[in-house]
Amino acid sequence: MADTLRIEVPAGNGRDLPGPVEQPVLLVEGLVVEHRDGTTGRIFRAVDGVSLRVAAGESTAIVGESGSGKTTLAMAATGLGPRSGGHIELLGRSLERLSRRALRRLRPEVQIVFQDPHGSLDARQSVRSGLRELRRLQPERTAWIDDAALLERVRLSADLLDRYPHQLSGGQAQRVCIARALLMRPRLIVADEPTSGLDVSVQADVLKLLREVRQTTGAALLMISHDLAVVRSVCQTVHVMRRGRVVESGPCETVFTDPAHEYTRELLAAMPGARWRARR
Amino acid sequence: MRTLHLRRTALRLLVLLASTFIALTTAFALGRLSGDPTVNILGPTAPPEQREALRHELGLDRPPLTQYLDYFRSVFTGDFGDSLQFYQSNTTLILERLPYTLQLVAAGMTIAVLIGVPLGVLAATREGTWWDRAASTLALLGQSVPVFWLGMMLVALFAVKLGWLPAGQSGTPRHLILPAVTMSLYPMAHIARLTRASMSEALAEPFIDSARARGLSTAGVVWRHAFKNALMPVLTIVILQTGILMSGAVAIEYVYSWPGLGQLALQAVQFRDYPLVQAIVVFGALTFVVLNLLVDVIHSIVDPRVR
Repeated sequence: MADTLRIEVPAGNGRDLPGPVEQPVLLVEGLVVEHRDGTTGRIFRAVDGVSLRVAAGESTAIVGESGSGKTTLAMAATGLGPRSGGHIELLGRSLERLSRRALRRLRPEVQIVFQDPHGSLDARQSVRSGLRELRRLQPERTAWIDDAALLERVRLSADLLDRYPHQLSGGQAQRVCIARALLMRPRLIVADEPTSGLDVSVQADVLKLLREVRQTTGAALLMISHDLAVVRSVCQTVHVMRRGRVVESGPCETVFTDPAHEYTRELLAAMPGARWRARR
Repeated sequence: MRTLHLRRTALRLLVLLASTFIALTTAFALGRLSGDPTVNILGPTAPPEQREALRHELGLDRPPLTQYLDYFRSVFTGDFGDSLQFYQSNTTLILERLPYTLQLVAAGMTIAVLIGVPLGVLAATREGTWWDRAASTLALLGQSVPVFWLGMMLVALFAVKLGWLPAGQSGTPRHLILPAVTMSLYPMAHIARLTRASMSEALAEPFIDSARARGLSTAGVVWRHAFKNALMPVLTIVILQTGILMSGAVAIEYVYSWPGLGQLALQAVQFRDYPLVQAIVVFGALTFVVLNLLVDVIHSIVDPRVR
């Protein structure tokens, strides 16, 4: 599978770009998502003119406190949530122009790991039948590995195949979710707070696993998190969101060592151990 | 885990036994509180000696506790006594009428499920649209229209005015249409409302977004994931409504002169045929208890979390 998606730009198409151009797996331009308040009837902007770009194989993070619009942005960007304005290109296809059917065909390429691992697994479906469902949906795409080997890839025992979600720990359930994403060999993995509900020791394992999956498959990663330490350990670039807007973007190291925006500095100061590091 | 399962099964059986005991006792008490059956059998002008003789023959002159214990003994040996009105075994009478009621309940519940479930699913998947509002209005109407009134209106329209269907009695499938439709309305409304609520809840669960994100079709998401998770409350209400209809179809059977258990119960009450009333109440209660047990069994099959 190609790690990066390259397109040849034909000559004389009005775009003065020489040779092959690397196309981003996700391109968001001026995205606006508006919601109507159920009680007051007022419209508020959960996402307000956000633009970002995730290149093939790149790991990008969106950080911000709760309610800053991170998840709304990710859901809209993957065509799972509403979009009020702006432009989204997913794997080179404009979401506005995609039919529901065409979007469904694109889904295997974009896999999402949700925040609540138990909630995102159907309680009535065993691990095996969940995988079987994916295999039926995409027989060719998923034929590259069998169930036991797949679980081994996410460091789970094959004995868990016949277990139901309620019989799995939080860490095991999240690994199952990662295994399901991995099975589809996606080009983009969106991880929405993948470690927020897990124990600290399990968090480190899941992050390590995500890094490995990204490295071995070459998939791009878009990570949504409020935890700057998590982002720093996994991602190359970061977008800081506040009240629906991106206030700062850049390479992780630059943003974390030399933040330009006051809000980013506040977030960094609120990180556990920040004072200790500052004293040091 | 296994101990917990055993404890739960034991508790279920205990509740089942207690419900049966309460139902039998209530049936016994109601039979004695509804007046003197000898007045109905012999007429109000019968001499006291004759009435006393009949009371003795029926065992009504014995102390209530002795009657109560005898009643329990005979119920557990399967003997529900004889009808005072029909001079036949109550068991025979119930078994004769049961197929008619079963036929009516099966037809009514089939219509209710076939319309109520898709209506509820449609309303939940199109929440806030006119589909949803239309389904909710229909469900509200279904639950508020009295069945005896609906029955009379359907007879007036389809039997008397249009002459398309027979007004009453039984015998052919055409006779079944009007009573079955009348019977289906209330459970259909109940099922539609519950399906909508249950589906709305399931559709808001994170695993639905997860299923959509994996590329499942809308039908796959709705039926394979949301509906499966919303199924249990719907299934419970279908089974419990079946139990209610088995013993509660009196008005419908009366309007359509349908020769089922409801009609038999009405005749028994009017005649103060208390052994028959008792037998019908016990039969209804046992049906309900068995159906409740069925709900538990199905629940443990359908939902891996309660296994």
